[in-house]
Amino acid sequence: MSTAECPVCDAEVEPAWEVERGEIIDCGDCGAELEVMDADPLDLEEAPELEEDWGE
Amino acid sequence: MAMTRASVVGGSGYTGGELLRLIEGHPELELGQATSRSKERRTVANTHPNLRGATDERFVHPDDLEPTDVLFTATPHGYTKEQLPELQELADVVVDLSGDYRLDDPAAAEEWYGEHPNTELLEEFVYGVPELHREEMKDAELIASAGCNATAGILALHPLVEHDLVDPRVVLDVKTSSSAGGAAASTASHHAERSRVVRPYAPTSHRHQAEIEQETNLDVDITVHAIEMVRGLSVTAHSYASDSLEEKDLYKAYRGTYGDEPFVRVVKSRRGSYRYPEPKVTEGTNYADVGFAVDDTGDGFTRVVSFSALDNMMKGAAGQAVQCMNIALGFPETAGLEFQGMHPV
Repeated sequence: MSTAECPVCDAEVEPAWEVERGEIIDCGDCGAELEVMDADPLDLEEAPELEEDWGE
Repeated sequence: MAMTRASVVGGSGYTGGELLRLIEGHPELELGQATSRSKERRTVANTHPNLRGATDERFVHPDDLEPTDVLFTATPHGYTKEQLPELQELADVVVDLSGDYRLDDPAAAEEWYGEHPNTELLEEFVYGVPELHREEMKDAELIASAGCNATAGILALHPLVEHDLVDPRVVLDVKTSSSAGGAAASTASHHAERSRVVRPYAPTSHRHQAEIEQETNLDVDITVHAIEMVRGLSVTAHSYASDSLEEKDLYKAYRGTYGDEPFVRVVKSRRGSYRYPEPKVTEGTNYADVGFAVDDTGDGFTRVVSFSALDNMMKGAAGQAVQCMNIALGFPETAGLEFQGMHPV
């Protein structure tokens, strides 16, 4: 399984399963949602963030 | 294998109660004695109801303290300043949870805590933040467990210092809980007065700033608020960098400093309800959660906001004292401190 750096925090992201182009995964360090732009080699971009109400 | 005997001086206070809880649950320790003047001969569980079923010990008068392997002193500031030479005779290792031996410099110790009859002992103590002093702590016989606000402030700022990222002047805003005031009641702690406050009780100065300055070499200005929490505290530290900084620089610094630490978690998340350190997540645990945010003002300097949250009774007092003891005695550092906390709380 290939790895890639998180584009937000530079942590190494290693999916535990075979990912496909277009799939959304998250970074274990910073929680960013990442879109798989290419599966092999793994290429990730931060997924567009939906506005969400987180309590305020 | 023989258990290590641990006793607590000042066992009836909140911090003393937490020490007793941790000793009872520790795989290497057995409780020796717990002292209390006000609760002498009464059961420990009567004062600390969470310990019902865990111990049938009764408090003893401090004069009846017997020799032990480890002695935790959870007494008000000023007690060990006077009593340490006698207490030292009774134990191989003393972990003092008061502020009496935290400052290295005798002048600073007397400035912040008043006249000190045993300043020659200050240099014999290891300052009790394992993340900064782990090596010195191994085989240490005297440990000054750090203050709660100080621990949170130091852990929030240490990566910035270690990686030389910010200018030396920092401002800390601290929100703290009612248990930090101790078990003794006062007019200000009366429920009708204390409930729902956001009270700036130390607006421009707090004794713990001396510890933070000692350990970070930063110039620290501090404001402490009492707020509506029973346990826990939150530190927000504002510092400035002359250079441009990005969040990735901070991720790298905090990860580099704390990546292998068992009790410091870097919390900065893009998603979810807990994106930054939150005290209630750490309740009952020995974790300190730290995080950060970067405000690049675009006018030549960058503001770095650092956060820290912990349980003032645990990583801010009893938990950290046990962590220090674990290191000093060669026990696994996490022994007796594995509780992950609860959610929701």
